[in-house]
Amino acid sequence: MQPVELPDKIHVGPVIDQGHSLASVSDKVAGIVLKRKVTLGWVFGLLLSFAILQNLMAGATWLIIKGVGVWGINIPVGWGFAIINFVWWIGIGHAGTLISAILLLLNQSWRNAINRFAEAMTLFAVMCAGMFPVLHTGRPWLAYWLLPYPNTMALWPQFRSPLLWDVFAVTTYLTISAVFWYVGLIPDLATLRDTAKTPGLRRTYGLLAMGWRNSARHWQRYEKASLLLAGLATPLVVSVHTVVSFDFAVSIIPGWHTTIFPPYFVAGAIYSGFAMVLTLMIPVRRFYGLDDIITLRHLNNMAKVTLATALIVAYGYTMEAFFGYFSADTYEKFMIWNRMTGPYAVFYWCLILCNIITPQFLWSKKIRTSPGILWIISIIVNIGMWLERFVIVVTSLHRDFLPSSWGMYWPTVWDWAVYTGTLGMFMTLIFLFVRVLPMITIFELRMLLPDATVKEPVAQ
Amino acid sequence: MSAYTEDDQDTLYGLMAEFETPGQLVAAARRTREAGFRKFDAYTPYPIHELDGAMDLHDNRVSLFTLIGGLLGCAGGFTLATWVSAVAWPLNIGGRPLISVPMFIPVTFECTILLGGLTAAISMLLMNGLPQPYHPVFNVERFVNASRSKFFLCIESADPKFDRQDTEGFLESLGPQEVAEVAK
Repeated sequence: MQPVELPDKIHVGPVIDQGHSLASVSDKVAGIVLKRKVTLGWVFGLLLSFAILQNLMAGATWLIIKGVGVWGINIPVGWGFAIINFVWWIGIGHAGTLISAILLLLNQSWRNAINRFAEAMTLFAVMCAGMFPVLHTGRPWLAYWLLPYPNTMALWPQFRSPLLWDVFAVTTYLTISAVFWYVGLIPDLATLRDTAKTPGLRRTYGLLAMGWRNSARHWQRYEKASLLLAGLATPLVVSVHTVVSFDFAVSIIPGWHTTIFPPYFVAGAIYSGFAMVLTLMIPVRRFYGLDDIITLRHLNNMAKVTLATALIVAYGYTMEAFFGYFSADTYEKFMIWNRMTGPYAVFYWCLILCNIITPQFLWSKKIRTSPGILWIISIIVNIGMWLERFVIVVTSLHRDFLPSSWGMYWPTVWDWAVYTGTLGMFMTLIFLFVRVLPMITIFELRMLLPDATVKEPVAQ
Repeated sequence: MSAYTEDDQDTLYGLMAEFETPGQLVAAARRTREAGFRKFDAYTPYPIHELDGAMDLHDNRVSLFTLIGGLLGCAGGFTLATWVSAVAWPLNIGGRPLISVPMFIPVTFECTILLGGLTAAISMLLMNGLPQPYHPVFNVERFVNASRSKFFLCIESADPKFDRQDTEGFLESLGPQEVAEVAK
C-alpha cells in the first residue's frame, strides 16, 4: 500500500468512531459491567494478581514481626526500596489527575474516554504508594503519630519538615482524587441503576448513585463543582510531586540538594503515569473490544505526552550532570561521576537507555499508532522510571561526604516481596474495577456524539 | 384520576413529556419558562449547557461555598502550623524564627485544596438534595431512559399555573413523543 500523507485527524481517526448513538455508547460501556459474562481470562488474571498480592501480606507480616532490619536498608542507605517504590507509585498516579483535571480545563475532549480509568489508576497507585512510608516506619500501628493531634505525650509533628508536608500532600491527594472520581461516577452509577435487570444490582448501584435523576438543575451545579474540583486538583497534582521532591531537595545530600528537582520530578511523574496508562489501556481496549471508543487517536495523543515529558526528563538528567560538573563542589562532582562509573553505573546507563533513548521512537507516527510496539515502549518507560528513583535514592546516599562511611545497598527478598506485593494489589484492584464499575465515563462520552449537539427546531 | 386540581395536588407530582432530541427539549424548556411555569425541570442523559439559558439557571452558590471552604482551609492550615510551632511545641534552633512562614506554605496550601475540594463536592450534593432515596419522577416507567438516551421535561403540580388539563394540552403542543402522569 502506498503511504498517503493525510491531515492528522483523518489519518489517526476521530475521538469516537462514527455509528455510535446515545443509546449504543451507554449500552456498550454499561454492558461490560452488567451483561458481559465472567471470562476465564479475567478470572485467571484476577487470581494471578491476587496470588502476587500475597507477597505483600507475607512481606508486611515478616517486617512487623522482625522490624525493618529484614529489608536491605542500613546506614548509609536508610532509604531503600520503601522510598523508591513510594515515589514510583505516586508518580504513576499523576497521569490520572492530569488527564481528569488539567485536560478538562484545557477542554481536550479526547480525555473523556480515558479519564475514568486513569483516575482509578491514580487511586490504586496512591494506595500502593501509601504502603511504603507506613511500613517504613517499622511500627505501622503507630502511623497516626504522623498526624497533628493533641496527645498525652504533649508532642507535635515538625511543620518545617518535608516529611510532614508529604503526609499532608499525599493524604489530600488521595482524598481529593477519591472525591473527584466518585463525583464523576455518580451519573454513570445512575445509568447502571436504570439499566440493571436484577433488584440486587439496581439497589446497589442505586445506593451508590444517591438518587441522581439527571435533572438539569442538578447538572448545572454538578458541572460547576466538577470544574472547581478540576481547578483545585490541577495545582494539587503539581504540588504533590513537588513536595515529594522536597523530601530530597531540602536535604543537603549531594545529588539531592538541587533546585531542578520539583519540575523534573513532576515531569517524571507525568511521564511514568502516561506510560502506565498506556500499559493498562492497550490490553483493556483489546480484550474489551473498545477500539471504537479508545481510538488510535487516544494512543497517539498519549504517546505524544509521553514523548514531551521524556524530553523534559532528559533535560533534567542533563542538567543534573551539568550542575555536578559546574558546581566546583568536590562532593557534587564525585556524586555524578560515581553515578556514571561507580558500582551502580549499570543502573544509570539502563535508565538513560529506557527513559531517553527508547521514547525517541515515539517521534514516528507509525509507532505512536501501533498498539503493540507502544505497549512495549510503555513497559520500558515504567522500568526506566523505577530505575531513575533507584539511582536518585541509592547513588546519592551510598557514598556521601566521608569515604569511611560509604557502603552498598542491595534489596533483600523481603524488599522484593513488598514491592511485587503492591504490584499484585494494584492489578487486583484494576481487575475488580473493570468488572464492577463503568471504566469509561459514559455521560461524557455522550457529549462527544453528533446526536448530542443542540439543534433547536425553528419556532412556528 | 380525578379532574379536580386540589385532589391532583395530593396524588400527582406533575406531568412529564418525553422528547427525542436535545434540540426539542431545549426549545420546550424555553417555551415552558416563557409560558410562566417556574416549578419544572428537564432531565437529560448528559449536561446540556443550552438549558442553563433556556431555564434561566444560574446558581453560583457552589462556587461561593468552595471559596469560603478554601479560605477556611487556608487560614486553618496556617494557624495550625503556627500554633504548633510557636505555641504548643516551640523549638529554639539557633535563634531562628518560630513562625517560619515559607516553611508553612506547603501545609497551608494542601489544607486550602483539601477543604475547598471537599466543600465543592459536598455543597453540590447537598444543594441538589442528594442523597435522596425516593423521588416521584422514577414512577414513570420510561424515565429509566433519562440516564441513557432520552430527554424529559416535567412540570410539577406544585406550580401555581399548573392545571391538569391545560398543562397536558400545553405539553402536547411542544411536540413530545409522549406525555405521562407522574404519581407522587
